[in-house]
Amino acid sequence: METKKPANRRETEDRRPEGLTSPVEGFNDRARRAVRDEELHDSVELFTNKSVAGRNAVLNALPEAPELRERAYRIKQETMANLDRHLGQMADAVEGRGGNVFFAETGEDVVRYIGDLARRRGAKVITKSKSMATEEIELNRRLEEDYADLDLEIVETDLGEWIAQLAGDTPSHIVGPILHMNRRRITEVLSETAGERLPPDVEALGSFARRRLREKFLAADIGITGANFGVAQTGTIATVTNEGNGRLVTSVPPVHVVVMGIEKLVPRFEDLSVFVRLLARSGTGQKLTVYTNFVTGPRAPGELDGAEEFHLILMDNGRSELLGTPFEEALYCIRCGACLNVCPVYRQTGGHAYGSTYSGPIGAVITPLLKGGKEAKDLPHASSLCGACWEACPVGIPLHDLLLKLRNKQVQEGITGRAQGLAFKGFENTMKNPALYRISGKAGRLAQRPLAKAGAPKTLPGPLGAWTNSRDLPKLAPKPFSQLWKEGI
Amino acid sequence: MRVALFVPCYVDLVNPEVGVSVVRVLRKLGVEVVYPQGQTCCGQPAFNSGFFDEARSVGRHFMDVFEGEEWDHVVCPSGSCATMVSHYYPFIYENLPDERDRAEELAPRVREFSDFLVNVLGVTDFGAKLEGRAVFHTGCHQRRELGVLEEPQELLKNVENLELLDWRNEELCCGFGGTFSVKMPDVSVAMADEKIKALVESGADTLISCDSSCLMHLKGRLARKGRDTRVLHLAQVLDGNGG
Ligand code: SF4
Repeated sequence: METKKPANRRETEDRRPEGLTSPVEGFNDRARRAVRDEELHDSVELFTNKSVAGRNAVLNALPEAPELRERAYRIKQETMANLDRHLGQMADAVEGRGGNVFFAETGEDVVRYIGDLARRRGAKVITKSKSMATEEIELNRRLEEDYADLDLEIVETDLGEWIAQLAGDTPSHIVGPILHMNRRRITEVLSETAGERLPPDVEALGSFARRRLREKFLAADIGITGANFGVAQTGTIATVTNEGNGRLVTSVPPVHVVVMGIEKLVPRFEDLSVFVRLLARSGTGQKLTVYTNFVTGPRAPGELDGAEEFHLILMDNGRSELLGTPFEEALYCIRCGACLNVCPVYRQTGGHAYGSTYSGPIGAVITPLLKGGKEAKDLPHASSLCGACWEACPVGIPLHDLLLKLRNKQVQEGITGRAQGLAFKGFENTMKNPALYRISGKAGRLAQRPLAKAGAPKTLPGPLGAWTNSRDLPKLAPKPFSQLWKEGI
Repeated sequence: MRVALFVPCYVDLVNPEVGVSVVRVLRKLGVEVVYPQGQTCCGQPAFNSGFFDEARSVGRHFMDVFEGEEWDHVVCPSGSCATMVSHYYPFIYENLPDERDRAEELAPRVREFSDFLVNVLGVTDFGAKLEGRAVFHTGCHQRRELGVLEEPQELLKNVENLELLDWRNEELCCGFGGTFSVKMPDVSVAMADEKIKALVESGADTLISCDSSCLMHLKGRLARKGRDTRVLHLAQVLDGNGG
C-alpha cells in the first residue's frame, strides 16, 4: 500500500516574542519580576531539586567520578590546544564517508547554507531535535523571514521544545526547556493546538503530541539536529536523548543536517566513554540516557537506514576568539545543565531572566563572550560567586572565576561606569591608609547618629537603599575593635 | 604559639564583639595574640567587583602588615576574608612574580578561626555551654575554596546544651555575595528568604556561622520579617557570649 505523505498542517510558526532579539541587558528587571512569580518559583524548585538529588545519588555511586572529571577537563584542554587539527580530521572523516562539511563563521552563514539547501531540495517541512546551537542563532525565525518565499514549516520535535514553540516561548533551561511551565500551562498550550480541551493527564497529552508529531516526522524533507559530541577521529556525531524523536529526525527525512558548535569535538572515540558517563549523571541524574545515537555520514550502500544526504555544519559564531584567552575554559562546556540546577540565582529567577539561549552560570559566562560584553553587561553580576556551579560542573570549569575575570574585563573596557570607578578608587585609597580608614569609620559613626535614633532605617539614598528596602541595616558599633584592643581586652 | 589577628573591616566596624570573643577564646587556649596595627581590609569588595588593580593595591598593604616573622599564623574570624588572602591573592598576582611569591608564602599561614582551632591547635571540645536549638550556615568560600566544613560542626557538637539541627538545602548560598546584595537586591533577598524558610522549618532558635557578613545579611532580613532568631558567630558561642 502506498503511504501518503500527511497534509502539511502548519501550526508551529516561530512566534517567540522575547527571543534572542531581546536585549540581554536588564537582568535585574527581569529577575525582579521572576522572583515574585510564585508559579514559576514552584516549577523551578521542583525541577532543580529533583535533578540535584538525582545527580548527587548517581555520582555518589560512581567512585571514579572525581577522576572522570579531571580527565574530561584534560581532554577538552587538549582538544582546544589543537582545535584546527581536530576540525580538519573531523571534516576529512565525514567527507570520506560521502558527507558534506561546511565551516560556518557566523550564524548568518548557517542560515544561508540551510536556506539554500532547502531551496535546492524543494523542502517544505523541516524537523528538528536537540539543538541549542540553532537556538543560539535563531535559525527558525531567520529561515522563516529570510526565506519567506519557501514557506518553510520548521518543527521542534523534542517534546519540551515543541511545547515551547507552540506557546511562542523560548527554552528556559538547557536540559528542561519548559521547566518553567506547570501542567496547567502545558495542557492549555496543547489544547489550543488540538482545537479541543485535552484532559490534564500525562497519558492524554503525550498521545496527542505523539500523533501530531508523527505527521511531521513523516512529512519532513530535512531533519536538523545538534550534536552532543563530534568525534574527530571517526567523524561520528553522538547525540544523547531521552526521547526517540531524535532518531526519527536523523533517519526518516532524506536529508540530515547537523549544526554543531566547533567546541563540541572530542579527539577519539574512547573519549566518549568519559563524557557520556558524566553528561547523563550530571544533567538528569540518570546513569545513561535512554538513547545514545551515533551517526557517521549518510546511508552507505547496503545500510538499512540513514539519510541520503548528510551535512555537517561546524559553527564558530565567536567561539574561536576565546581560544588561548583566559576564557577558553568556557568552551569546555558539555551543556549538561548541572550548574543551572545548583545555582541559587537561577533557582530564584529561572532561565528567561538571563535573556538569552544559555542561562544560569554558564550563560552568564558565555553570553557576554559570544554576544559582546556591552550588551550582556549585567550577566557577569548575576551571581553571588558562591561557587556551587564550579563544584557541580562535570568538566570542572571554574565558572565563578570566569565571572570574576569578566567583571575585570568590564572594568578594563570602561563598561563599568565612572561612579563605580571613583568609588573603588576611594576604597583603595582608604584601605591603603590606616589613618584614613579610622577616620572614615569615625565619620560613619557620626553620620549614622540621627538615623540610629529612629531605629532601623527603612529607606536610605543611594546603594544603601537597595539594602534597606528589604533588610535592616546593621549599625556601626560605638567603638571599633581596634579601639577596644587599645583599651585592653 | 603566637598569632596575628586579622579582624576584617566589617567585623572591626560593625561586629567588634566577634573579634573580642576570638581573642578570649585564643587566650584561654594559651595562644598569644597580637593585633597588627595598620590593618584595614583584604580588598575583597574591589576584587569581587572586578577592580583587580585596586584589590592588588589593597592586597599589597595587607601583605606589608601581616608578613611578619614574629607570629606563627594569621587567624581570621571569616571564611570569606581568609579565602581572599589564601586563595585569591595568588590568583590576582598571577602575573606579578614578586607579589605572587609573597602571596604564596603568606597563604598557608592565614587560617580561618575554626580551621585554626581544630587543625592547628587540635581542639574540638572547648568546654563551652549554650542553651538552644541551632542551625549552622557555612559561608560559600569556607565551604568550597577552604573546604572547612567539619571543623565548626565538631566544635559546636561539643557545646553543652546546644542542639545542632539539620536544615534543608544547607549548602545554598545565603544571597549576600558582597556587592551582589546591593546590585541585585531582589534576588539576594529571595535567596535569603529561602534560607530563612528552611531555618524556620528546622525549628531552630539560633543561627550560627563563621562569617559575620552572611550573618549581617540574614539578620537584617530576619529582623525585617519580625523574627527574633538569635544570630551568633561561632567565636561568640565558644566564648559564652551568646546573649
Ligand atoms: S558549565 Fe559545566 S555544569 Fe554548566 S552546563 Fe556546562 S558542563 Fe554542565
